[in-house]
Amino acid sequence: MKEEILTTQDLHLYYGDKEALKGINLNFDEKGITALIGPSGCGKSTYLRTLNRMNDLIPNVTITGTIKFKGDDLYAPSADTVQIRKEIGMVFQQPNPFPFSIYDNVIYGLRIAGEKDKEKLDAVVEKSLRQAAVWDEVKDHLHESALALSGGQQQRVCIARVLAVSPEIILLDEPTSALDPVSSSQIEATLLNLRHDYTIIIVTHNLQQASRIADRTAFFMNGELIEVDQTKNIFMNPANKQTEDYISGRFG
Amino acid sequence: MNSKTQNKIAIGGLYGIAGLVVLILLALLGYILASGVPQLSWHFLTAPGKAFLKGGGVGIQLYNSFYLLILAMLISFPIALGAAIYLYEYAKDNWVTTTIRTAIEILSSLPSVVVGLFGFLFFVVKLHLGFSILSGAFALTFFNLPLLTRSIEDSLRTISDVQREGGLALGLSRWETVTRVILPAAVPSILTGVILSAGRVFGEAAALIYTAGQSAPALDFTDWNPFNISSPLNPMRPAETLAVHIWKINSEGIMPDAKAISSGSSAVLVIAILLFNFAARYLGKRLYKRLTSA
Ligand SMILES: Nc1ncnc2c1ncn2[C@@H]1O[C@H](COP(=O)(O)OP(=O)(O)O)[C@@H](O)[C@H]1O
Ligand SMILES: [Mg+2]
Repeated sequence: MKEEILTTQDLHLYYGDKEALKGINLNFDEKGITALIGPSGCGKSTYLRTLNRMNDLIPNVTITGTIKFKGDDLYAPSADTVQIRKEIGMVFQQPNPFPFSIYDNVIYGLRIAGEKDKEKLDAVVEKSLRQAAVWDEVKDHLHESALALSGGQQQRVCIARVLAVSPEIILLDEPTSALDPVSSSQIEATLLNLRHDYTIIIVTHNLQQASRIADRTAFFMNGELIEVDQTKNIFMNPANKQTEDYISGRFG
Repeated sequence: MNSKTQNKIAIGGLYGIAGLVVLILLALLGYILASGVPQLSWHFLTAPGKAFLKGGGVGIQLYNSFYLLILAMLISFPIALGAAIYLYEYAKDNWVTTTIRTAIEILSSLPSVVVGLFGFLFFVVKLHLGFSILSGAFALTFFNLPLLTRSIEDSLRTISDVQREGGLALGLSRWETVTRVILPAAVPSILTGVILSAGRVFGEAAALIYTAGQSAPALDFTDWNPFNISSPLNPMRPAETLAVHIWKINSEGIMPDAKAISSGSSAVLVIAILLFNFAARYLGKRLYKRLTSA
């Protein structure tokens, strides 16, 4: 049996008095892709952002329950958010490269962590960009601004930037919803390559995308986890009526 | 009257008003430059002034203006940068922050004469700094600080939050995100703000009359020991600036060519401030391009 790398138990999250997550129990095995689907506003992003403590930045958020990463409580007073975010990386809906060169974008995390060895940095840049399947397109303009790239290329540079700090888990919040279909399928191909080496959790509103790439799919509604199973089962043979209605397009 | 004609009349009115403003501005600039530029010469820009005779220059005043400007910026920039970073990146939205913001707002609308008188009472008299470059630089700091803080805060605001999230999600600390991602991205816009405020400081007279003083003792430009009284670097000497000089000649100038010197000085001041503004635009754009494209 595979190890569980990340576990959430009875997770509640309140924005002020508003309960956005109503007791989520969801665990993730090491490696592979899990898709989070559900109607918009059901708490997918909120849940994803609790996993690397990005919700800490929002005032008036209260979180109860337990999230454990490799057995350690993510929200323990002694937990180091900076270290957590190195091990649990995140890619956003809107590609957000820094306004610097492609090269600098990819090594930013490492360079700030103090890595100076030029050869090592070069190697990491190439490896990360290859893993993100964008190396061939950018290898001749590594020192040009990342903002000059297309949206899809920017997003893959952002994935490379996360890979460069060698995380164990990669969180992606609708990474293709701002992109054209061709760029989207390139990102999907990239993720399929990465699924053997990383634990990937992706929020998507695109059901086909979930069915194409995810090993496991979790269906959220109104702040609750309705059902989680192998993707095949969720789409062909859902156990829950609400899941079935959503999958067949009857609402949301 | 239908809404189309109404629209036309409104737009016409607005164009008229805008045109009037531009016209007044051009007339003013034209007058200052037309009467001042003919007075300009290398001699005028570099020679020291003469109290009773004609043929004096504004060399010392010009030098004083730049020296004061640099000192004032050296003091106010780090403070304004720190304050802006604190207010925008760290401060929670509570009553302390609101109070600080209100204080900055009030400080920035204080007439510069009041800043000057405060500087006189506090730095010149109370702290015994006398009429000196240092007193002037502190007064200018008070004058400049609120405006500069707000302008830097605005620059930080132009950097989208997705950049901050990007930095934090990469495992950078808050401080690293601010200093290594946000500040570099904001540099072009911060630079523009700094140069524009430099233009304002450069033309300021009222805050300096009772702090840096109204006399321009002769300087020995071969003596760079800041402790010597005639050294250009000495921060304890009184130092009349160009803007103060214009005010003074017009109120009590007794040299025969007072009118010409005043016109010439005004032209120099206006040209310098125009240069600051153009430099701000040019450098800001250039830097932004450098940072964001090939
Ligand atoms: N910063 C916030 N402050 C208050 N409410 C929020 C905030 N972010 C999200 N919400 C609310 O929480 C609920 C879940 O939002 P979200 O997690 O973004 O949904 P999803 O990603 O599934 O579309 C929504 O009702 C939304 O309005
Ligand atoms: Mg969302």
